[in-house]
Amino acid sequence: MSAPAVATGLGEGPTRGRWRGHLFRGLLLLSLAVGFITLGTLLVDVVQRGFAYLDGVLLTSPPSSNPEIAGARPAILATIYLGVLLIAFTVPIGVGTAIYLEEYADKTRWYNRALELNIQNLAAVPSIVYGILGLAFLVRGLGLGRVLLAGALILTLLVLPTIIIAAREAIRAVPDSIRQGAYALGATQWQVISRQVLPAAVPGIATGSILSLSRALGETAPLLLIGALQYIAFDPTILGAFTALPVQIFIWTKLPNDEFKTLAAAAIIVLLGILLTLNALAIFLRNRYQKKW
Amino acid sequence: MVTVPEAETEFVKITGVRNDALAERERRLPPPAEREVVFGVSGLTVRYGDHPALAGVDLDIYKNFVTAFIGPSGCGKSTFIRCFNRMNDLIPSAVVEGSVQYHGEDLYGATVDPVEVRKRIGMVFQKPNPFPKSIYDNVAFGPRVLGMTDSLDERVERALNQAALWDEVSGRLKESALSLSGGQQQRLCIARCLAVEPDVLLMDEPASALDPISTTRIEDLMHELKRDYTIVIVTHNMQQAARVADMTAFFSVKVSEDGRRTGVLVEYDSTPKIFTNPGDKRTEDYVTGRFG
Amino acid sequence: MATTEVIGPQPVRLRAVRRRWGEDVIKGLLALCALVSVATTVGIVIALVEPAIEFFRAIPFTDYATGTRWAPTFEPPSFGVLPLVVGTISVTLWACLVCMPFGLGAAIYLSEYARPRVRSLLKPILELLAGIPTVVYGYFALTFVTPLLRDAGLPVGVFNALAAGLVMGVMLIPTVASLSEDAMSAVPRELRDGAYALGSTKLQVSTRIVVPAAISGIVASYVLAVSRAIGETMIVAIAAGLQPNMTLNPLEAVETMTAFIAAVGQGDVPTGSTEYKTIFAVGLTLFVLTLVMNVISIRLVRKYREVYE
Repeated sequence: MSAPAVATGLGEGPTRGRWRGHLFRGLLLLSLAVGFITLGTLLVDVVQRGFAYLDGVLLTSPPSSNPEIAGARPAILATIYLGVLLIAFTVPIGVGTAIYLEEYADKTRWYNRALELNIQNLAAVPSIVYGILGLAFLVRGLGLGRVLLAGALILTLLVLPTIIIAAREAIRAVPDSIRQGAYALGATQWQVISRQVLPAAVPGIATGSILSLSRALGETAPLLLIGALQYIAFDPTILGAFTALPVQIFIWTKLPNDEFKTLAAAAIIVLLGILLTLNALAIFLRNRYQKKW
Repeated sequence: MVTVPEAETEFVKITGVRNDALAERERRLPPPAEREVVFGVSGLTVRYGDHPALAGVDLDIYKNFVTAFIGPSGCGKSTFIRCFNRMNDLIPSAVVEGSVQYHGEDLYGATVDPVEVRKRIGMVFQKPNPFPKSIYDNVAFGPRVLGMTDSLDERVERALNQAALWDEVSGRLKESALSLSGGQQQRLCIARCLAVEPDVLLMDEPASALDPISTTRIEDLMHELKRDYTIVIVTHNMQQAARVADMTAFFSVKVSEDGRRTGVLVEYDSTPKIFTNPGDKRTEDYVTGRFG
Repeated sequence: MATTEVIGPQPVRLRAVRRRWGEDVIKGLLALCALVSVATTVGIVIALVEPAIEFFRAIPFTDYATGTRWAPTFEPPSFGVLPLVVGTISVTLWACLVCMPFGLGAAIYLSEYARPRVRSLLKPILELLAGIPTVVYGYFALTFVTPLLRDAGLPVGVFNALAAGLVMGVMLIPTVASLSEDAMSAVPRELRDGAYALGSTKLQVSTRIVVPAAISGIVASYVLAVSRAIGETMIVAIAAGLQPNMTLNPLEAVETMTAFIAAVGQGDVPTGSTEYKTIFAVGLTLFVLTLVMNVISIRLVRKYREVYE
């Protein structure tokens, strides 16, 4: 074979097109960069500002009008209590709803489809509307008052749709062949669910619950309306007045004294630390225990 | 119709089963008068929605026999076998008409509890489906949910022995069942069924997902198990039916004017008769490979 | 049941020993759990509608909907909601100017350009953006972005719509990016392969094939982002201001619907007063707006899922 006589022109390309392609790619990378750079700047700024005030005083003292001795102890404790209550409320109700929708509900019935649609809508309702709900029913309606329990209940309702959706996915991921095998051995529906489906879905449910919890603990607006009061100098109790960490941050940020803004930054570090730990736990659980079907 | 001497040679060609083995098997079966009926099916029709997937089936399943359902795909064999342990109940749109009698009692009676049915009638599926638990817990699952928890270790060992799996796993019962090979997993699923001491074993294409060696082991297992259990199997492999089954039922597809397909029972007889002297032309066409 | 010695037909008892009422109880309990979500929706509707109706009995709806002065606590009080709505629009506008192009750009990069390993690294980091609490974003907008804008020469007030809007936009980038990326991944490979086989460049395939094919998902993500922007409270409560101000000028302070609700709701407003009821009237307005957008968004998502799955 002699060397090809035809100039294939494969070595060159239209230069204008190539530059355009590069420019486009650059713009796309820029889009990503905007988010990442902002995130990085935010974190660096907050840590830089607040690090000096991140000390035992912050963690163990109650707030005060004197920024030198002010701390966020009641707020931190309240956030922890809220977290515990949230898990106790949301997981049973959320997983229970998910089991009902996935294993028991006949999907052709209109009320079950309406139920699904309802949950999807609730997941997108602004969080402050949940605050209004709490204000109307719990604080004033039921006369519960501006207490920690009311905050926990409202955050539960806020976060429930997200947990339901995550639990449903985890349950749906369990292959049907497992259920068939268990039924064929004579297990009842609840035995199949409790002994085969749920154990297999636990990693997904746990991950989803922790991520939802993390989101709830960062919420401020509903708690404001529930009455997470401005100035709490004592440790919170479930049926007592309370202030949570995000609310404390909000309060300090709004104060004119700049030192309080620095305190706010320190408190933000604490809050982000808590959330980061939760998220890391969730990811660890997912990677370690997630079954590959 | 095919005459007998030619039929025998033909049979060997099709199935690989030797005439003397065949004659031996035929001889060991109880004569028709002494056969005990486990399932009596009459006028069985199954619909999904309004279209019948299977229509008008009449046959009897005999005790300690291996009965095979064969036929082309889409003829309703799997649908049919699932009627015997009421697994079709799990499909919301499925409607079962006609009657299935189990030891004389109506399986679909108003007061019958499907859980009780499935205690006595076990099922092995096409694709092995071990639970994501240990080998021991897989076999122990049935006894545990049914409250048969006395001497659990012995039950597990006995079931694994009957499934010819004990020697291979006795040292690693706590390991995950998913670490077993495909053939071992299927034998584990069989052991799982046997652990609850059923009466009948239903097998829906039990070896179709397995390699030839595992398939042979499963078939040998069926020969042993039929001493104690009644076995019904669905298979798309004619040769397999000829090798293991005492009675064979051939199903085919009936296409209606609007193109809808319904499964029907064409012929049901002893295996040698189906393969060497079938009464219906459709059966003959199928077993001689002219179609299907 | 079956043993190795079988003598004759066994007695068959297929009835359950006792009725399995435990199963029914469990099903009932689980259905009860599901009813919690129904109760929530009913609760929200009642909580909003009842006081709102009372409010609109006292204040004519046209005054509310078209009035340009929002001063519920003044004498005489004025209940025109437009300043709040305009404030919300002002902030939302800037948020969209950030999240829509950048979110889509990020999505295109992740879907069409990034290698799988890079993608699995970048996606979680992007999700981090969505995980930062909004009060932290508000703090950032007030203490970092506003001074930054000032240093850049813009005459912004201490509270202004621009800083809040920009930060909100960045917060919403993951919302747009993840939903758009889902939609783009659902576009079948064959469509792209066909275009590449004709000699198209990546740029052309992305912009002329993939994006149009995924358009309903992308629009859904935009609608969802707008809905979230409208409903967002903390960023605006901290950085945008608490003075109703009927202007689209981003350099000035504005009050959004959400910031108003937060401000009045946390105070000690007497129950039953008209001022108290404004919370619910504005809340209802907010709820209806976001509900409409969410329904549209869900419909659009269903549309693209149907087409490809």
